[in-house]
Amino acid sequence: MQETAKSGGKSKSANLIAGATGDWEVVIGMEVHAQVASNSKLFSGSSTAFGAEPNSHVSLVDAAMPGMLPVINEECIAQAVRTGLGLKAAVNLKSVFDRKNYFYPDLPQGYQISQYKQPIIGEGEIEIDVDGEAKRVGIERLHLEQDAGKSIHDQHPDYSFVDLNRSGVALMEIVSKPDLRSSKEAQAYVTKLRTILRYLGTCDGDMEKGNLRADVNVSVRKPGDKLGTRCEIKNVNSIRFIGQAVEVEARRQIDIIEDGGTIDQETRLFDAAKGETRSMRSKEEAHDYRYFPDPDLLPLEFTQAYVDDLKQHLPELPDEKRARFVKDYSLSAYDATVLVAERENANYFEAVAKGRDGKLAANWVINELFGRLNKEGRDIEHSPLSAKQLGGLVDLISAGTISGKIAKDLFEILWTEGGDPAEIVESRGMKQVTDTGAIEKAVDEIIAANPDKVEQAKAKPSMLGWFVGQVMKSTGGKANPAAVNEILKQKLGL
Amino acid sequence: MSELTRLTLAEARDGLKAKTFSATELTKAHLETIEASNEALNAYVLVTPEHALAQAKEADARLAKGEARPLEGLPLGNKDLFCTDGIRTTACSKILDDFKPTYESTVGANLWSAGAVMLGKLNNDEFAMGSSNETSAFGPVVSPWRRNGKTDKLVPGGSSGGSSAAVAAGLCLAATATDTGGSIRQPAALTGTVGIKPTYGRCSRWGIVAFASSLDQAGPIAKTVRDAAIMLGAMAGHDPKDTTSVNAPVPDYEAALGKGIKGLRVGVPKEYRVEGMSKEIDDLWTKGIEWLKAAGATIHEISLPHTKYALPAYYIVAPAEASSNLARYDGVRYGLRVPGKDVIDTYENTRAAGFGKEVRRRILIGTYVLSAGYYDAYYLKAQKVRTLIKRDFDEAWSKVDVVLTPTTPSPAFAFGEKTGDPLAMYLEDIFTVTVNMAGLPGLSVPAGLSSEGTPLGLQLIGKPFDETTLFQTAQAIEDAAGRFTVGERWWAGDAKKAAAAPAKKKPGGK
Repeated sequence: MQETAKSGGKSKSANLIAGATGDWEVVIGMEVHAQVASNSKLFSGSSTAFGAEPNSHVSLVDAAMPGMLPVINEECIAQAVRTGLGLKAAVNLKSVFDRKNYFYPDLPQGYQISQYKQPIIGEGEIEIDVDGEAKRVGIERLHLEQDAGKSIHDQHPDYSFVDLNRSGVALMEIVSKPDLRSSKEAQAYVTKLRTILRYLGTCDGDMEKGNLRADVNVSVRKPGDKLGTRCEIKNVNSIRFIGQAVEVEARRQIDIIEDGGTIDQETRLFDAAKGETRSMRSKEEAHDYRYFPDPDLLPLEFTQAYVDDLKQHLPELPDEKRARFVKDYSLSAYDATVLVAERENANYFEAVAKGRDGKLAANWVINELFGRLNKEGRDIEHSPLSAKQLGGLVDLISAGTISGKIAKDLFEILWTEGGDPAEIVESRGMKQVTDTGAIEKAVDEIIAANPDKVEQAKAKPSMLGWFVGQVMKSTGGKANPAAVNEILKQKLGL
Repeated sequence: MSELTRLTLAEARDGLKAKTFSATELTKAHLETIEASNEALNAYVLVTPEHALAQAKEADARLAKGEARPLEGLPLGNKDLFCTDGIRTTACSKILDDFKPTYESTVGANLWSAGAVMLGKLNNDEFAMGSSNETSAFGPVVSPWRRNGKTDKLVPGGSSGGSSAAVAAGLCLAATATDTGGSIRQPAALTGTVGIKPTYGRCSRWGIVAFASSLDQAGPIAKTVRDAAIMLGAMAGHDPKDTTSVNAPVPDYEAALGKGIKGLRVGVPKEYRVEGMSKEIDDLWTKGIEWLKAAGATIHEISLPHTKYALPAYYIVAPAEASSNLARYDGVRYGLRVPGKDVIDTYENTRAAGFGKEVRRRILIGTYVLSAGYYDAYYLKAQKVRTLIKRDFDEAWSKVDVVLTPTTPSPAFAFGEKTGDPLAMYLEDIFTVTVNMAGLPGLSVPAGLSSEGTPLGLQLIGKPFDETTLFQTAQAIEDAAGRFTVGERWWAGDAKKAAAAPAKKKPGGK
């Protein structure tokens, strides 16, 4: 990890895509829709809980009954401000809600309340890391808006049904600058953004539930040329698909241009099954949304003191945490990055590492625990090993009570059976043998049984390793390796 | 015809307190009058006798126990723009069909919790769009007023034409109304009643079918200035459900009446002497000035230079907001649905069948002025005009306390006289829209009769949230001019025929 990040715009040649006429550069900008973590909707008191019976979380406001008026949910405002602070962005003390007018059956008001010219959050940035290289990606803006309901087309032969549970749920639309230059960067951007949102607690980042989804703007150009015509790929709902969508769309555009064609600005859909993007609507078919300030809502205004107060209570963010882990626990940048990707993981690590050898703790958390969790498809909250147990294990290693090898056995016992690490080691006789008498006895036996090897070792001192292995084997792995080494060297005269 | 329906709201209140009559008797008297009159006047689109009598019964119980609330037992009419819990609400449009809200408007709830009795729902121009009550899906309202010696049907003004006609004809003691560009004050002026549009934010808009959100305000139409003061006092107040409503205490308007206007500075804006204004309106204005002078006020000529831009700007802002507010009437969730081959077709069929011509016209104007490429030239410019109009008044308030103007440029007109010419109809609002654009309170008080014997009104415009001064000043005019009530109740002649007519009418029926 380099400490100095480059600003966006300059791409590495490795990012270029080869075409028939030379190399191409892909330019990507993202619009991420993140559902605000809040108990009730942006302008009504209805619940935002997922998975309820259709139309069971619908207030009079959400259904746009005559004479109903929106009332801003202050928690959603606070969440947007927290997010802005987390993105190191300008927070606008005055912003305006506008109406975006269009007809759709799952849009009860006939307009979406959104923010158009004056969003709540202005420019900010996110630092991403691709292949060990840091890069800053500009944030253009963040605005609040209502989600629509859901049209359901598979319940009746003649009719579509409408579920308004989502209608009015608060979304943050986070728009990046066109700073991304590869599918990997696009994926890294969304991954990092998701991490930040989850740290802040402002969005759960659950892409499967559609709580985080991305519109990906893709264009291609020859390096150094001005920006090409872009296409917007709507509603891509997984990190993997974002990568695929960028790849296939860039290739599609390059092929068209190299065949002498031009790119039409349009909205496209990514079909993951077919691995292609398809036209949804052209620029000409684009709606005229007739934006205007919502006359039911006064401009949204708050004070700097309000922002400062939220800032003061902001949790530690991933970049800060990573820097602290490197400094306080002497971790490598790579290990620190792995540990801070999820807040829960970082918390777990810290509970293990506190007052112990940070590097040793990181090894055990990342290699053994994460490896095992991954293999079994579990997350940290469902780990059979508590941080306290793993900490106990680390203590036993540090004290020389058990060897690293025995520790793996202990880990297995803790994983499958549970229990207190120190007690298990004691009761099951897993303690490391440091009694030199016992070790000497074992060494003598091995030397006596293998005179040929002794001769070989005298000529080639690295043969020592073979003897160590034999001693460990005969002592059931419990001999202290350092002591074994010492005694062997002495006895073999090395 | 019962004499109880000739009482003012204040007189009826005193009568109930003195136990001269009961709330049930008072309510019955009004229900009978409605039954006898509504066929001819078409002021009510729905009469709710059972509901009214139940409320009256409760009122009598409270009166008997000495627990009367401020409006205990007083029968009112409720404009059909106000949503009523379990009672059909249509905004006098076919598109809402047989819609029954599950909620009561905040203003309505305030009135009923003050003890008032609801007699039924009053006719209005469809979605409050009109100045003559001729755009209602239930057909036009007939004014109880007639020209001297003539029997032509006159309009009661609009959009609160049902409210103004019902109050003038004694079909209720007072009524709720709404005003987006003059819909309270103009009908009040044309029917000899008092109407006040309070400051924007004084009354909650929650539960009132929206026309143009930044301009809509609820207010009362009543028989006297005192009645209007009593009504507004009960209707007004902060509502957390409407974030544009203002959290400020509501003064006791009635108690402030009669304090006199000695030393009051009255502004007379020169820009209101518009071309084509009739001489009798001009004379009425002069008379008003003289009365206020005589009552101890000082008169000051003022300038409101952007007045002439108010009407065109209003007819951009109001339709723009309406085009968006009316998008929810799509046939998907409630109201009328005229099925089509797909969803777009269903939208088109539903909205074509459900909206009347004037509503469609305004949706088209509003859609146009908000369209890409036109927004800056129309909507944005109109909003700038609005700021200038507000500034004009801010300037004026440094010199005067209240502004006096005519309410309308001409007296009541006959059916169909202006329906063919939308611009002539829009000009009805020329003196009133400015007040909505500036968000100020405006009141119309009867001040005289035209040469044809029909009522004329004067308008008072006040500082934000200074309704009190408007009531005090209006009281001075009412004291000088007297009240104007219809002499002969010609419309009640059809009483027997009317008794057989169903109380509930279907929109578009006849």
